[in-house]
Amino acid sequence: MDKDEALTKKNRLMRLPNILMKWEVILFLIFLIVIIVNSYISPYFLDYINIMNTTFNFMEKAIVALPMIFVIICGDIDISVAGIIALCSLFMGMASASGVDTLGLIAIGLGTGLAAGFLNGFIITKFGIPAIAVTIGSMSLFRGISYAFLGDKAFTKYPESFAFFGQGYIGYTMIPFELVLFLVLAVIFGLILHRTTFGRKVFAIGNNPTAANFSGILVNRIRHIIFAVTGLMSGLASILLTSRIGSTRPNIANGWELEIITTVLLGGVAITGGKGNIFGVIIGIFLIGFLKFGMGLINVPGKVMNIAIGFLLIVAIMLPEYINKLRSEVLLAKQKK
Amino acid sequence: MLDLLKKREFTLLGIIILLLIAVSLRSPYFLNIENLNDILNDTAILMMVAIGQLMVIVTGGIDLSVASGTALTGMSVALLNQHFPGIPILIIILISIAIGFLLGSFNGILVSKANIPPIITTLGTMSIYRGFVFVLSGGKWVSAHEMTDSFRELPRGTVFGISNLLLIALLTVIIFSVFLQLTRTGREIYGVGGNKLASLYVGINVKKISYLVFALCGCIVGLAGFLWVARYASAQNETAVGFELQTIAACVIGGVSIVGGSGTILGVILGALFLGIVNNALTLVNISPFYQMAIQGFVIIAAIIVNTLVEKRNQLMMLRRRSL
Repeated sequence: MDKDEALTKKNRLMRLPNILMKWEVILFLIFLIVIIVNSYISPYFLDYINIMNTTFNFMEKAIVALPMIFVIICGDIDISVAGIIALCSLFMGMASASGVDTLGLIAIGLGTGLAAGFLNGFIITKFGIPAIAVTIGSMSLFRGISYAFLGDKAFTKYPESFAFFGQGYIGYTMIPFELVLFLVLAVIFGLILHRTTFGRKVFAIGNNPTAANFSGILVNRIRHIIFAVTGLMSGLASILLTSRIGSTRPNIANGWELEIITTVLLGGVAITGGKGNIFGVIIGIFLIGFLKFGMGLINVPGKVMNIAIGFLLIVAIMLPEYINKLRSEVLLAKQKK
Repeated sequence: MLDLLKKREFTLLGIIILLLIAVSLRSPYFLNIENLNDILNDTAILMMVAIGQLMVIVTGGIDLSVASGTALTGMSVALLNQHFPGIPILIIILISIAIGFLLGSFNGILVSKANIPPIITTLGTMSIYRGFVFVLSGGKWVSAHEMTDSFRELPRGTVFGISNLLLIALLTVIIFSVFLQLTRTGREIYGVGGNKLASLYVGINVKKISYLVFALCGCIVGLAGFLWVARYASAQNETAVGFELQTIAACVIGGVSIVGGSGTILGVILGALFLGIVNNALTLVNISPFYQMAIQGFVIIAAIIVNTLVEKRNQLMMLRRRSL
């Protein structure tokens, strides 16, 4: 009797409109709650200029999260992105110290990122080594190179025009250049993922690489391209970050890989590959960004924020699985009847 | 004899001996008992935790939280020692192992019960545990003068000229070698890593094993946390930052397959020694210690490529033998 009652209760839960069970919708509701709670806690939260300015703090990570969606849907992972950011920043700093102009710096940043990502992809696909093993190594190699060159020193001389990328606004609107750049890139990456054959192939690889291979998809070439693009976007993020803080230290962007991967997984991309979409990740990006902004306003230390992010990551993985389990239980019960 | 030559561990030993010779040619201070003893003491903690990491990797997982766990246990016992100096050192050691066990169990439960992939679980707990170090300490350090003498002196005390630290590491090595080689559960760990589905069919409790490796790794991490803090006589928020990479590096260099199923304690010890010798040599031949991270990254990548090529060749040879 009790069991029946519990089942009907679960049944009723399942009868909620399907749209409410969608991960992006749940995420968006959490996002709204964060905004409401934040604006209740601090009067400084709901302020146009404040909100626009806080996006500076997470747009660089957001830009790396976009290609990371592809990486994780493919069933891979890239832990070296923060290392690539450090490496790009190092080379830009060295170039700037020897008098290279802004355009040259951008070329160096993007070029270094692309080369680093290409190297990752090459080792992973050429030797058939799991991405996690390779990128753990290359993360320490890339950051290690910037430690080797810089030690405890820093590059701080950058041309004045270079500052625009990380600090500039579009016209007089107070909309940061970084935000606009991210939105444009998000549209491009979203279209590629959901509206092109390349995107379909990425999903196919994530669901079953062997089957994808036998159906004529060049699995390794696509994975190689994705890792190279991830490097390129890390290079772009490095340009923005270096321009924003105006200096290069070897510990630049330390630990970012954790937050970037957390964002993507929170956005509903399955770590096992083959599942995910861009809207969830975009909501996830702003959710984490505003959560941290709110916590910052009430003086929560960064280390404690990391505890929250860590728990968020674990819960974000557990919740969809739990919902699925609930669903299949109800379906089974229905079939028995 | 030929079989021995083919073994990976033998190759690694050869490389280590070559490294020793090369460095001693550059620096006369390198090859003496005192310096070699220093190298062993410096790598003792790494060896221990790398054995924990080995067990997790053999089942096909990975534990990125070992460094944060080391820091959290270290900070906990250091604070305990500071505020209750009366607690005997043996109890403190037991407490540190218990804390480590709890941290490892948390990982293990998330992996085995909630089915979260190990890399995600430990990526999360890595920042959770590190955050709690800050919460516990309030950002302050526990420095040498706030610890009791018996706390600080334990890793440094000697028996027959061998430091307690090294003895504890040796004991850990022996216990876990016996466990992995000679007990049923130990063999099951390799089984699960080799083929999860097959292990399930032959009646191995796969969930129990994947919990157990994290719990055991946690115990070692707890003990390492105490030893770390006592040896360096300071507990900080940044204790052991980046240490997880070193443990993974020691495993990978030692020939542990990152996808699970194979790897030996002897290999891991040699891998740890290799890293220890490189670090020690850097300072002796006047290379900035800032190069350490880059070299480590390079060695990790080189080692996995070699591992993969060797594995592929072995598979090919096996296939050929079968067709004969």
